[in-house]
Amino acid sequence: MTAIASNPDVTPELEHVKKGAFDFDIKAATKSGHILGLALIFVCLAGMPVGLNDRMLITPVLSLGYLSLLWLPLLLGWLSGNEKVLEGMATTKRGGRDIVRGALIGLIGGLGLSLLIMLLDWFDLRDPLVNWSPQLAELLHFDRSYAFGWFAWPILCATLGALGAGLHVVGPKLRKALVSTLLTVLTFAVFETFIVDIFDFLDDLIYDKQGGLTVISAIIIAAVSFALSLFGGGRAISGARASYRAATGSAKTTQTATLIFVSALALIIIPMVTGKITQELLANIGIFLLLALGLNIVVGLAGILDLGYVAFFAVGGYTTAVLTSPNRGPAWPEWFPTLPWWGALIVTVIVCALVGLFIGAPVIRMRGDYLAIVTLGFGEIIRILFLSDWLGGYFNAAQGITNVPAADFGFAQVKGTDPRSVFYLVLVFAAISIYVSWRLERSRLGRSWMAIREDESVAEAMGINTVNMKLMAFVVGAVLASFSGAIFAAKVGSIFPTSFLILVSVIILVVVIVGGMGNILGVIVGAAVLIGVLGGPKQPGLLAEFSEYKLLIYGALLVVMMLQRPEGLVPNVRRSRELHQDEFLQDAWLKGEVDTDDDDPGVVGDGPEGALA
Amino acid sequence: MSHMLEINDLSVTFGGLHALKDLNFHVDEGEIVGVIGPNGAGKTTFFNMISGMVTPSSGEILFEGESMIGLDPNQVTQRGISRTFQNVRLFANMTILENVMVAQHCRTKQGVFGSLFNTGAFRKEEQEIREHGEKVLGFFGSRLIGYRLDQPASVLSYANRRRLEIARAMATKPRLLLLDEPVAGMNPKESAELTELIGRLRSEWGFTIVMIEHDMNVVRDVSDRVVCLDHGETLAQGSFEEVSSDPDVIEAYLGRPLEKQS
Amino acid sequence: MRAKGAGRTNIDRFLTLLRVVLLGLILVGVLAFIWQQIDPGNPFAKWTHEGEEARRLSGAQFKGLVVSGLSQGAMYGLIALGYSMVYGVLGFINFAHGEVFMVGAFTGFIMANKFDEAGWWDGAIFIPAVIITVVVCTLVATLTAVITERVAYRPLRGSPRLIPLITSIGVSFFIQNAVILLFGPGAKSYPRNPDWLQDQRTLGIGNFEIVTLKGTQILVILVAAISMFGLWWFVERTKTGKAMRAVAEDKEIASLMGINVNKTIVTTFAVGGAMAGIAGILWGLLFRSVIATTGFLPGIKAFTAAVVGGVGNLGGAMVGGISLGSAESLAPLTLLEPLGISGVTQLKDAVAFVLLILVLLIKPTGLFGERLSSDDRA
Repeated sequence: MTAIASNPDVTPELEHVKKGAFDFDIKAATKSGHILGLALIFVCLAGMPVGLNDRMLITPVLSLGYLSLLWLPLLLGWLSGNEKVLEGMATTKRGGRDIVRGALIGLIGGLGLSLLIMLLDWFDLRDPLVNWSPQLAELLHFDRSYAFGWFAWPILCATLGALGAGLHVVGPKLRKALVSTLLTVLTFAVFETFIVDIFDFLDDLIYDKQGGLTVISAIIIAAVSFALSLFGGGRAISGARASYRAATGSAKTTQTATLIFVSALALIIIPMVTGKITQELLANIGIFLLLALGLNIVVGLAGILDLGYVAFFAVGGYTTAVLTSPNRGPAWPEWFPTLPWWGALIVTVIVCALVGLFIGAPVIRMRGDYLAIVTLGFGEIIRILFLSDWLGGYFNAAQGITNVPAADFGFAQVKGTDPRSVFYLVLVFAAISIYVSWRLERSRLGRSWMAIREDESVAEAMGINTVNMKLMAFVVGAVLASFSGAIFAAKVGSIFPTSFLILVSVIILVVVIVGGMGNILGVIVGAAVLIGVLGGPKQPGLLAEFSEYKLLIYGALLVVMMLQRPEGLVPNVRRSRELHQDEFLQDAWLKGEVDTDDDDPGVVGDGPEGALA
Repeated sequence: MSHMLEINDLSVTFGGLHALKDLNFHVDEGEIVGVIGPNGAGKTTFFNMISGMVTPSSGEILFEGESMIGLDPNQVTQRGISRTFQNVRLFANMTILENVMVAQHCRTKQGVFGSLFNTGAFRKEEQEIREHGEKVLGFFGSRLIGYRLDQPASVLSYANRRRLEIARAMATKPRLLLLDEPVAGMNPKESAELTELIGRLRSEWGFTIVMIEHDMNVVRDVSDRVVCLDHGETLAQGSFEEVSSDPDVIEAYLGRPLEKQS
Repeated sequence: MRAKGAGRTNIDRFLTLLRVVLLGLILVGVLAFIWQQIDPGNPFAKWTHEGEEARRLSGAQFKGLVVSGLSQGAMYGLIALGYSMVYGVLGFINFAHGEVFMVGAFTGFIMANKFDEAGWWDGAIFIPAVIITVVVCTLVATLTAVITERVAYRPLRGSPRLIPLITSIGVSFFIQNAVILLFGPGAKSYPRNPDWLQDQRTLGIGNFEIVTLKGTQILVILVAAISMFGLWWFVERTKTGKAMRAVAEDKEIASLMGINVNKTIVTTFAVGGAMAGIAGILWGLLFRSVIATTGFLPGIKAFTAAVVGGVGNLGGAMVGGISLGSAESLAPLTLLEPLGISGVTQLKDAVAFVLLILVLLIKPTGLFGERLSSDDRA
């Protein structure tokens, strides 16, 4: 279901079909209900409700633990009402049947939890299932009696399912208002630490001493947000967005430039006013953003799936460490220099480029999926080599290289204890990487990458040396990763082989895909959202409580995105077209934009002068 | 006089099947040669050989005196031979202008350095690429230019796609142009127009053209010489009249009349 | 890959150099090994061992390495079958297949411990217990494979090949971490095997000893052989197997011939999953330890084995597995150590990857050639 498919300008007005309250596919709804039940049980047994229960969202009513269960019936209720809108087919009128269907799904799901409550009481399966605990049972009983829990969940889930489905029934305006209200309240509740870090006056104002919003402030925020959304607050934003899209030519350039200037200004000022936690978070986002920008060129522009991308990060980090730290392995000869950071950076870039060539040359001609596995293999080989005792004389094996000094620029020192400095350094290199991506995309090189992605053998027939072009992308990606590695070394002050697991490659890949493959803004958004909220491979994000579940969410996110929206959150228009070809063509045809054969050729000549006056 | 393209005893086998058997062929500069033959005669394989996409088992391909055997397709294009495809293979998600811009890849040289620093040389080259692209597109009238330039190639009608395919091949600045069934699927009006354009490709743009075609009107109207292939071998060569009345050619297309089977 | 006789570019020259260097190193290593077996104090050995004599590998040690390589390789082969089949039929690498193997091993852990608590993991009653365990593991693994196909891969049928690959990475991640959350992050131990299974046995002809190996290793090799035979019989002799081969050749034509393509694909996943499940319980019995990440490396290595044997080629997958297992087991001490590399057992995992790169450089279609559908061939 993409936004392209249902275009209100084009869909002719058709009679909405009315159906009775029970006239829906009961079998499908039951199936959804069972899936909901299984999902709820899984979430319980994975430990999320108990683990997150200490984090209050609205004191004392709602904790994050309960929310981890409650969102599921709401979501499935909503999804059950998603009907595919086919052009030219009548749609069913929204009404009671949606609500009943949602309630049914919720009911069956809730019964699944009732089942779990019974099982918790009768058996002790703690042996394999570590979260099978009395705490879980208590939580499911709402700290009341067994019977209460047994009845409460089906009713609660049925209500939520009905509410979720009900969102389809209310008009779009009301729906938007409800959804944004919900999201606003949740944002205030969940991102408490972050908000308080910036606006600490809010701490006493709206938050409870035990954490979480007070009930009153939750109600107030909900009311305000509802009113704003309903009575026009959003219009200003959407109006501005529409005018930005419509602008062309020089007006657009000035608008874009202003936007970029304002964002840059914000990025420079924010770290100065926020606390250490936010600065650390921004620094982490930045380091992974650099990696994501590099992988974006390799995967997004050239279409090469490099699963071993972490190898360049590792080489970058180790090279910098070896060149700057006095604690490098004992096998390095006496005359081996110790350089300042920026000197080490130059060598690191060269070394990474060479490694990129070395790894790239054998793999670049392989089939796409073989290439993925082989690069994965290279990534592992490099990590194993850095970890090995054989090369321990150079890299200290598992002990790693410690005592990497701060990056000294004379006027400033960049080290891990001062995350703000790290962030500014990252900002500089991010700007460089963004500039590189942006210019390359619009160049001869970028066009050749696009052609290779489209049809590699035809690209070759049109004169493009595909091997060299792909290798070039590979090397550029390696160089950008080396930036990140060098900064990482200075930030952490030491380099260990455990920082360079394949996990890192996969997380960067998720960031690029979720954000938007091939799209610089998308990658930035992806990095900010994923690394910022969920956290990096070993670094906590805003939702530090989720660190245990973070990787599970990354995996689920990747699957969901590939199934629903492979072009990412902020799609590249072109990529979106590629991935949804059929829908795009249908839409273009309906809008009358598709070429037909009977247009006037005008004067057939050999230059644009003979064309439309 | 040496030929522009000379093919001697070219053979290729695909797992025991002789797609081409000791084929001899030549094209002189400025000629338009039509290649005809029934389906499965090996015509497209023949083009694939010349453009470097398939390697022959034996034989020689000489372009302007130099051997082309073993070259990669992009090297072949660089030497000056370009082609279109029987089933139009455009870069569908790239714009029309980008299709003809990217085709000039082997004629241009700005790399990472130029792109990153937006040098004068880079800007100049981009401008030239753009202009040449528009020029090539303009050859087909107003169809592929103006507002169309920035539209994705996938929105084009069938006939326009075929035209863009040719434009793209033109953009590589070749000396020899291989057209694989350029008018396939076009109606008579479009075919007639394209026939005239092919003639002008030679007279105004100086291309030498080898064209595979099934539409005999087109072959008759524009070819200087016609070659007929069947089962990977040359069946007949000469003017259109000579070839089209050759009994072997007729038999290849229509089969042997019953009386002759005695 | 490059056609024969294609133009010589710098990259081609570099690759040829790389091939020569790698093969040369292998040759030198093997020769050095042979030399140091004959004469541990030979000058080359002294040079690579910093003046000391090399240590000879005894016959028993060598045989031990061969046996462990065989048994490990048999398991790799079983897992590789799943990769090969799915690649042959759907044209993509199912990254999550390694996790199916891990799920099998985990199920085995749970069941074995339950049986052990009930006192059934020893004595005569061990046999039915282990048979039940194998059956359940296979079922759970099969179920996992089938569910992943239905949820994550079927909607992507027809997408460009990299999309399902990326999705399978997500699935792999999800399964791994789900297992960690459900069962805890630590390593899980199987209960002790009964002595009569665990003990060393010596196989021989008459009085002549050939090899000594653990009972569990015999079990692994036997079960793998039986499974392989079963699979061969299934694919070659049954109607469903024939359907699988047809769908692997050409999905469209197969459906035109009346074959239910969806069902066949599900069967392919199921059979591959079953093989992986069997490998899982065997792994558990052999190494008696499993952790959520147990599937990752063997998964990749099994894919390597599939490539080595020739993707899509089932016999090739098995041979590839055994070759890989043997190479992995023998290479550290017979190849790397004579070259003077220290701490060679750490580099064992790298052997698999280097082998993959070597095969793809020298014979990319694998030992026995690929068997893919026409649209999947590069």
